[in-house]
Amino acid sequence: MNNNDRLERQERIRNFSIIAHIDHGKSTLADRILEQTKALTAREMKSQLLDSMDLERERGITIKLNAVQLNYTAKDGQDYIFHLIDTPGHVDFTYEVSRSLAACEGAILVVDAAQGIEAQTLANVYLALDNDLEILPVINKIDLPAAEPERVRQEVEDVIGLDASEAVLASAKAGIGIEEILEQIVEKVPAPKGDPEAPLKALIFDSLYDAYRGVIAYIRVVDGTVKVGDKIKMMATGKEFEVTEIGVFTPKTTQRKELTVGDVGYLAAAIKNVGDTQVGDTITSAKNGATEALAGYRKLNPMVYCGLYPIDSSKYNDLREALEKLELNDSALQYEPETSQALGFGFRCGFLGLLHMEIIQERIEREFKIDLITTAPSVIYQVTMTDGEELRIDNPSDMPDPQKIAHVEEPYVKASIIVPNDYVGAVMELAQGKRGIFIDMQYLDTNRVSVIYEMPLSEIVYDFFDQLKSSTKGYASFDYELIGYKQSKLVKMDILLNAETVDALSFIVHRDFAYERGKVIVEKLKELIPRQQFEVPIQAAIGNKIVARSTIKAMRKNVLAKCYGGDISRKRKLLEKQKEGKKRMKQVGSVEVPQEAFMAVLKMDDQQK
Amino acid sequence: MTKAAYVHIPFCHHICHYCDFNKVFMKNQPVEQYLDTLDREMGMADVKKGLQSIFVGGGTPTSLNEAQLFELVESIKRRLPLSPDAEYTFEANPGDLTPEKLRILKEGGVNRLSIGVQSFNDAHLKRIGRTHTKEDVLRTVRDAERAGFDNLSIDLIYGLPEQTVDDAVDTVKQALALGLPHYSAYSLIIEPKTVFYNLMAKGRLPLPKEESEADMYEAVMREMELQGLHQYEISNFAQPGFESLHNITYWNNDEYYGFGAGAHGYVNGERYANFGPLKKYMEPLERGEWPRMSSQQVTKQEQMEEEMFLGLRKTDGVSISTFEKQYGENPIHLFQKAIGEMTGRGLLQIKGDSICLTHRGKFLGNEVFQSFLIEA
Repeated sequence: MNNNDRLERQERIRNFSIIAHIDHGKSTLADRILEQTKALTAREMKSQLLDSMDLERERGITIKLNAVQLNYTAKDGQDYIFHLIDTPGHVDFTYEVSRSLAACEGAILVVDAAQGIEAQTLANVYLALDNDLEILPVINKIDLPAAEPERVRQEVEDVIGLDASEAVLASAKAGIGIEEILEQIVEKVPAPKGDPEAPLKALIFDSLYDAYRGVIAYIRVVDGTVKVGDKIKMMATGKEFEVTEIGVFTPKTTQRKELTVGDVGYLAAAIKNVGDTQVGDTITSAKNGATEALAGYRKLNPMVYCGLYPIDSSKYNDLREALEKLELNDSALQYEPETSQALGFGFRCGFLGLLHMEIIQERIEREFKIDLITTAPSVIYQVTMTDGEELRIDNPSDMPDPQKIAHVEEPYVKASIIVPNDYVGAVMELAQGKRGIFIDMQYLDTNRVSVIYEMPLSEIVYDFFDQLKSSTKGYASFDYELIGYKQSKLVKMDILLNAETVDALSFIVHRDFAYERGKVIVEKLKELIPRQQFEVPIQAAIGNKIVARSTIKAMRKNVLAKCYGGDISRKRKLLEKQKEGKKRMKQVGSVEVPQEAFMAVLKMDDQQK
Repeated sequence: MTKAAYVHIPFCHHICHYCDFNKVFMKNQPVEQYLDTLDREMGMADVKKGLQSIFVGGGTPTSLNEAQLFELVESIKRRLPLSPDAEYTFEANPGDLTPEKLRILKEGGVNRLSIGVQSFNDAHLKRIGRTHTKEDVLRTVRDAERAGFDNLSIDLIYGLPEQTVDDAVDTVKQALALGLPHYSAYSLIIEPKTVFYNLMAKGRLPLPKEESEADMYEAVMREMELQGLHQYEISNFAQPGFESLHNITYWNNDEYYGFGAGAHGYVNGERYANFGPLKKYMEPLERGEWPRMSSQQVTKQEQMEEEMFLGLRKTDGVSISTFEKQYGENPIHLFQKAIGEMTGRGLLQIKGDSICLTHRGKFLGNEVFQSFLIEA
């Protein structure tokens, strides 16, 4: 291709992503666009194609981002090249959203015609506006009986301040409005700017590791052209490589000779070390490269930590390998070895949020077949000692002796909740129970209210989301951002089983809530830990002071005393099942403790309701 | 050598709230066709040598009308030869046994009746979906004895909803007052696909606590012992010489035929299950094929495990020398980990040639049985 061809082609490129709240129809719309642009034959079409992990399909969420190149012949007769970059919709993955938005010039904002704007939509729209993207509102699901497209159109104008007069009324499911969306992309999303002859500048917006080809970097070319055989340099690390493969996803992996301005695709260069390709870094040519890197992304630090331990301690090395492999494709995951008296050898892992944590845990159990004990998640506490020393505590059991602590600070977030009128009371009650400080309340329209609280992140980690859903019948949407650290009166609560402290069960709690929580957790543990052959006392203690106690009674009867007839296989299965159940428990001292017990602290509030 | 047979009659007039056996409401069912097909299955087994035990269970075998019952008894007589000292049991529902049905059974060679009594408390009976009353039980026992049956057994269930330990003791005492030679006392287990399971899922089944259930079991054992009935298995009690040969077959890990819809059998080292639904059961037989839903050859290791977890149910436990003779391995060596751990916990003991449960072990049998499953 000569440069004129490249410039001419550049005019016909449109890069966009889709932003939407969970369930507002993002993946369905993406599928329709793929269909309409004939990226796939009907036979190849699997529902929700871009969510390729089983877990993504099962949970109906997007975790990793994906980028596809599509061809579209518009009504003006021209052929356009679309790059659709799919984004995750969950609050934990805001970081990934910001990455994909940086690779686009436009974004389709999908809003459910019945539900209206949600907190997460807002957060992502602001991200898109920050990135100067052209936003195309689409009001989806207009075929639903409860759809109120005009109300939602008004809401988009009032709440976000976008001109929604040309918002497409669509139903991705029914295939309504798809063509209009594609036409608007052509008309409204600007073609990429940039000079194909300038020194190469390509933004790495994601990466994954392939056992054969090394690191595959997902890139957006901003300036210049890159070809197979080119010598490239990572601007942050200074490492140089020779490009071995270049291509795009259509969505099948399709090799290309070059990627140039506006292209979104992948690049492989026999990069063995994941650390050499940092997401957010700029790739340039090794010789006569660019001098200034593209604005990257701020690297997000984990917000939530927990211990991951194999139930079968001989699987420790397998667990390490699993984490190494997952880390390759998930730069947000952090881990380091730790030891627990109760659980043995494991890892303290850092996650972006609870969903991220659950997903990693589930992938380890599923893809690597390692049964895990997960300890209750914790945030990072900043502890100032009386001698002035400062500590960063991500594991409650590491909290020092209270005598030596001058004060403790904990992370606070600004929580934005959007909820129908009727549930404002419920939300406020919940937020106050979670030590929330009321900041602001605004009516979005006659029916919907946006409520803002500041609250400790640890309270959000402790089951806030589930409680919010149940106390608002699922109508509330929620988003949060870290705002900094604040001093709090926090104490460490220890749990003793059979008179021995189980370090993995320790948690940090506000002093004013300590007694209440102590009582609840010993009761919860009593429920979760099955009877043993002897009586097991459970105690909650702050320092040396026991604040709550309960007792698991000894097992009295467990025997098949039923008339089973000759069905011996069934007897066997029942015994095997009981035995299997035991294997999934962790022997802590002389007590067999099931996985769920280590998360009991999260479920404490179930009982308060 | 297969020396026992189980014959399944899947019909019931009423369905009990706890029952998860293969059964159907009798109304509009092809009972005659079923009996013909059953006859065919028994014929296919080509049993030559006299069996030592036949057990006809259900469902409710006595729900058959007199003509059907006669046909069944004749069919068994034709297909399944019995050795002279054999035990031939029919399960019976109190209230079903008319003098005529008793005569048919007696003349057909049946020499033992196992009566599904469950409780002597009419309120409890109603609660668990039984339609008979205590009076029906007394009358049935009287009629059966009058018809010449001297080997009678009663099934009881304890741990019923809202049952107290006193209630359970009362039922056992009333049962024992009949002076029968054999009793079974099972604990209520809630199984999926039963009325009770659904009630429990809704939180509407007030079952006794584990403590009470254990106390009931203890009380049952005590009352039985006081009346001279020795406990020969976890749930079974008998006067000496009246232990059920058929039950012992299962616990000795011996082979048995299983005939009928949903029946289980163990023949030539293979455990099998027949199709449960009547149509599925009958169709293959009409083509002259076995109605097997599943079958599986038992490996030596499984046999040895089963020898233990079944054998340990017996008060006499597992004979070390018999085990060695059968499998060429010493069970103490083979299961040293399980035996060490379980004796250490006071659940298991070795008495002379026998490995058996302790008194406490009978309450926690599953803990012991599990430990004898060798891990893959």
